[in-house]
Amino acid sequence: MLAGPPTGNRGDSDFRGDARIAPALFRPRRVFKSQTPLTSAAFRWKVPRMLAYIARRLLWTPFLLIFVSLFVFTLGLYGPGDPVEVRLGQNYTPERAERLRDQLGLNDSFFTQYVRYVSNALKGDFGESLRFQGQKVTQILGPKIWVSVQLNVIAFAISLGVGLPLGFYVAKRQGSWQDPVVVLTALVLYALPVFITAPFLVWIFALELHWVPTAGWGGFLDKRIILPAVVIGIPGIAVFVRLMRASTLDILGQDYIRTARAKGLSEFTVNARHTGRNALLPIVTVTFFSLAGLLGGALVVELIFGVPGVGRLSLEAITARDYNVVMALTIMGATALVVANLLMDIAYTVVDPRIRLQ
Amino acid sequence: MTEAAATIPASGRTAKGDGPLAVAWRRLKKKRLAMAAVVILVILYAAGIFAPLVATHHYAQTDLTQTQKAPSGKHWFGTDRLGRDLYSRVLYSVQTTAIITIITVLSGSLVLGVSLGLVGGYFRGWIDTVLSRVGELISSFPDILLILLLAATLRPRFLGIARWVEDTWGLKGMVASGVVDFVMLAVVFLPMSWFGTFRLVRGQVLAVREADFVQAAKATGASTRRVLFTHVLPNVIGPIIVSASFGVGAIAGSEALLSFIGLGVQPPRPSLGTMLSDVNLRSSGAGVSILRDHPEQLIFPALAVWLFIFCWSLLGDALTDVFNPKSK
Repeated sequence: MLAGPPTGNRGDSDFRGDARIAPALFRPRRVFKSQTPLTSAAFRWKVPRMLAYIARRLLWTPFLLIFVSLFVFTLGLYGPGDPVEVRLGQNYTPERAERLRDQLGLNDSFFTQYVRYVSNALKGDFGESLRFQGQKVTQILGPKIWVSVQLNVIAFAISLGVGLPLGFYVAKRQGSWQDPVVVLTALVLYALPVFITAPFLVWIFALELHWVPTAGWGGFLDKRIILPAVVIGIPGIAVFVRLMRASTLDILGQDYIRTARAKGLSEFTVNARHTGRNALLPIVTVTFFSLAGLLGGALVVELIFGVPGVGRLSLEAITARDYNVVMALTIMGATALVVANLLMDIAYTVVDPRIRLQ
Repeated sequence: MTEAAATIPASGRTAKGDGPLAVAWRRLKKKRLAMAAVVILVILYAAGIFAPLVATHHYAQTDLTQTQKAPSGKHWFGTDRLGRDLYSRVLYSVQTTAIITIITVLSGSLVLGVSLGLVGGYFRGWIDTVLSRVGELISSFPDILLILLLAATLRPRFLGIARWVEDTWGLKGMVASGVVDFVMLAVVFLPMSWFGTFRLVRGQVLAVREADFVQAAKATGASTRRVLFTHVLPNVIGPIIVSASFGVGAIAGSEALLSFIGLGVQPPRPSLGTMLSDVNLRSSGAGVSILRDHPEQLIFPALAVWLFIFCWSLLGDALTDVFNPKSK
């Protein structure tokens, strides 16, 4: 998982190996630094290669967005439901519908409509919502995104804040009863979907104990954010406990940990500087990916707790066939996914010098 | 993979009980946790398949004099707000999940993913490029949005077709039985279920196709079909089984999620997701009050969903070890 020190004598405990580490005895920080390849000799060939890789990936992105938008656009035009019908509601007459269709440009050919949409979108105009008349899609999306960001940041902080220390602690206590108990609990929690944890937590903490309200939204500093954030955070806790445990165990087996102990560093220094920091490195890469994956869990949670965020909006927009909103959401989601994947790839190479992008 | 290819006989039929699957089964039997998961899964799927025999009531049979009852001798898991027997509903919901997981894994992961993976990895060239690019495009679509979009837009089309079939051939009760939902869900999960298997099989085939035994088979004039199915496929079967068992759990969860939201299996056909949302969601009218007064109604559907996901992932973990004992 994690790259050893570039000295290349990982797991090599014979005399020669120890002799090569010896100078580092007096420079404990160097152990950590030499782990980051960008400060090493690899720096010279690595950066141009990485830039080329990033450029290629970014060139691919427009094609991706064209595909995604074409797909949603086709569904919007040929899928079930008629936006004109939705919009006119009780005032529907064939003449009015025809007039509105002309006004909205729905009678033009598929190609004309698509090109018009894309050229507007490039100017930052994603059209009007079909459900809420007269409201720009961008106006609707803005506040919803902010709500979801708040919720997910808190949830993510919970995942990291509980998962990482617990994983570290458990790895240090390998062999005691806590280790298997925590690992099994993490497995159990990871298999629990949010639509099961949510009602159980609502029942216990809102309906029985009355600690928090059952649902609603009041922003960052409101009590009502606690339950949904915990529910979204729980699978993340399970993931980070397992990752941090594995990664810490990996580090604890390294020679430089024994060296650090041997030269009489305090347990705190060994834990924090030598073990903890190195164990965190491979996890950085995963965090990018799980950030992108939060949307899935958040969608149901926002629905259950009545949080006015992106997840609930996308579900409502899909069921109400508000394709302009759906389109903007999908393009946004796809872009976020591409960026997250790219960041993860880059983070991998930064952390692990053995991986080369091509 | 080359090491695995060396230890596992190419044809898999050198001696009786020595094939890769027999070896794997013997290794798996030594893992207690995994065997517990296997037993529970067998029970779940058996309960699903034989639901009509073991259920005490019909899933849609209401009894308004017996609503919201606690578990008793007559209703083992109690009754819901319409007086339907929860034990029978859980059984039929398990049947729903069992059917959908089987259909989706067979059609998406195994048939489509494996065959395309074999084709792409073995023949390479333009067909491989096209398949890989299409897969990449689909997988860069946000999963959940794609599933929701397809579920919401495909249902009316599928319902239309099913009604037409019912009218033309006089088949009654096709829509009510939930067949439409099963087919629709399998199609909805298809885009995300095939690519994982495809990529995996393709990678394995790329590694195996240059192996000596494959070259030897080709040199002796074996047909492409023979090379693919008797030499290449048995050597990639391990990773396929591992990824399929992880996939089943994910599909069970996705089905419950879609039904929970209201875009999956439709009433009267019960699903674990709809059973949970009946207790939980505000949109069902009495949601929170049911949760307040009868939280015990959550337990059995929640337990069933969790067992599906948990046991399949335990089994997947164990199978990873079984097929690749060197990885730790």
